[in-house]
Amino acid sequence: MINLNTLTIAKARVALDKKVFSAVDLAKVYLAEIEKKNKELNAYLEVYDDVLDQAKEADDRITKGESYPLLGIPLAIKDVILIKGKKVSSASKILENYTASYNATAIIKLKKQGAVFLGRTNMDEFALGSSTENSAYGVTKNPYDINRVPGGTSGGSAVAVASNMALAALGSDTGGSVRLPAAFCGVVGMKPTYGGVSRYGLIAAVSSFDVIGPITKTMEDAQIIFDVIKGQDILDSTSVPDNFYKKLSPKEELIIGVPWDLINQEGVNADIKKNFEKVVKSFENLGYKIKDIKLPNCLALYYIINFAEVSTNLARFDGVRYGLRKDGKNLLEDYLLTKGAGFGKETRRRVLLGAYVLSAGYYDAYYGKAQKARTSLRKEFKELFSGIDLILTPTSPIPAWKIGEKSDPLSMYLADIFTCTANIVGVPAVSLPSGFIEIERTKLPIGVQLMASHGQEDLLFEIGKKFESNIIL
Amino acid sequence: MDIKDVENLAKLARIELSEDEKKDLLHDMDNILGYVKQIEEMKIEDVGQEQGVHNIWREDIIEQRDFSSEIIAKQFPDAHDGFLKVKKIL
Repeated sequence: MINLNTLTIAKARVALDKKVFSAVDLAKVYLAEIEKKNKELNAYLEVYDDVLDQAKEADDRITKGESYPLLGIPLAIKDVILIKGKKVSSASKILENYTASYNATAIIKLKKQGAVFLGRTNMDEFALGSSTENSAYGVTKNPYDINRVPGGTSGGSAVAVASNMALAALGSDTGGSVRLPAAFCGVVGMKPTYGGVSRYGLIAAVSSFDVIGPITKTMEDAQIIFDVIKGQDILDSTSVPDNFYKKLSPKEELIIGVPWDLINQEGVNADIKKNFEKVVKSFENLGYKIKDIKLPNCLALYYIINFAEVSTNLARFDGVRYGLRKDGKNLLEDYLLTKGAGFGKETRRRVLLGAYVLSAGYYDAYYGKAQKARTSLRKEFKELFSGIDLILTPTSPIPAWKIGEKSDPLSMYLADIFTCTANIVGVPAVSLPSGFIEIERTKLPIGVQLMASHGQEDLLFEIGKKFESNIIL
Repeated sequence: MDIKDVENLAKLARIELSEDEKKDLLHDMDNILGYVKQIEEMKIEDVGQEQGVHNIWREDIIEQRDFSSEIIAKQFPDAHDGFLKVKKIL
């Protein structure tokens, strides 16, 4: 009997190598969980039909004496990362029957290790949202309260891990899309440095923000996956080698910056603030120095660049080369009908907003200004990290909300206030489970976020592990 | 913004919208643009030309890529003898 509640990648590796159970045994247990739970939770859009074949192949390799950290490990993959020969839809109707013609670089690296792909997970269409409610294939439900959202955009991946439907998962993070659902579902979500993981084969949302990241149960597992998928790739000119940023040498006293101004403002849930204060205190007790820092509210800057890049990136879905085509009288009508029918509401909204902020009359006031502000913020962060080692915030200002509660799109955008900054400047960040708060007699998980400077993932892993083993909330 | 602006943007983005959705979008976009207008007040240092961008070069060497032209061709919404078929443009 395999106890999935306590199983981690690290533990599964030992058991697989010692033949306590086989990769096929493990895959079967997960498939049985999916069979039991997925109908209600809607985490997977598709469970692959060759899972047991993949697991058998992994077992053959184990028998031959091969051992890799991810050999035979069952993973869920967000429906935005290409696996050759498998469907990938970005949770959009416009790509409903699209089959990937090549593998993403991250997938090639996982395949080399012998990881087992269980299926593709639900998300907000084209990774636009914060709750997975924008999927064209129905919302994913939070396993702690099925009336609530799991966070987004990688909601399916977070739910799969939180409800034992996968041992770990890949998500992608544009403004918090790995960290927010991880916080809402009580698991670990990590956003690497921009360019730390190749974007080749990741369907683009915001090319200058996007990065693939792991969703796992522990910090150690996140590190295992990150170490496999990281690295420069000739097929992604924005990717960087692992040693691109100088690794900082270990220090005796680490300083954690806390932007109290931002946390004390209106709109941050009182229980989340209380929990956060406890976390800060615990870090202090562990010997870290806490420093009050100033961080600006970056939401306006974030969303302007988001709209602009989404608008240009999605222009290629026009019904000509692939995906949905609605037939009109002429080519222009094909475009109009295809995009009108194929894109969901939030996607249409952002495409129009992008067209607006990029249009001749408004470019300077919106996109131009945002780009300058972004450069300025990067500089500010460089200076900031010369005086501190890490930045600590809650992951989200609010806990998981009820499905349908945030019908006003702007109110949902505000949930990204703590997470979007890391994407704007490109630094790595991680969301760690920090306990539960009780709402309407239901316990909902929440998380805290640690950010480090460019390329300092190791520091996040080190402090994250200390947090896991020493801080009881 | 007014409904004409929404219609113009939809035309630029090649998206067909219903009358009801145009009204919804006008309301949402007014709200959202009103919010992101805060960017005007964001203090920024003089960053000059510093954008941190430079060209990424690689050697012009042919490398094997693993992709399936068969799968690519299967995705065509309309095909003729293995070629992608498109509507007359002129």
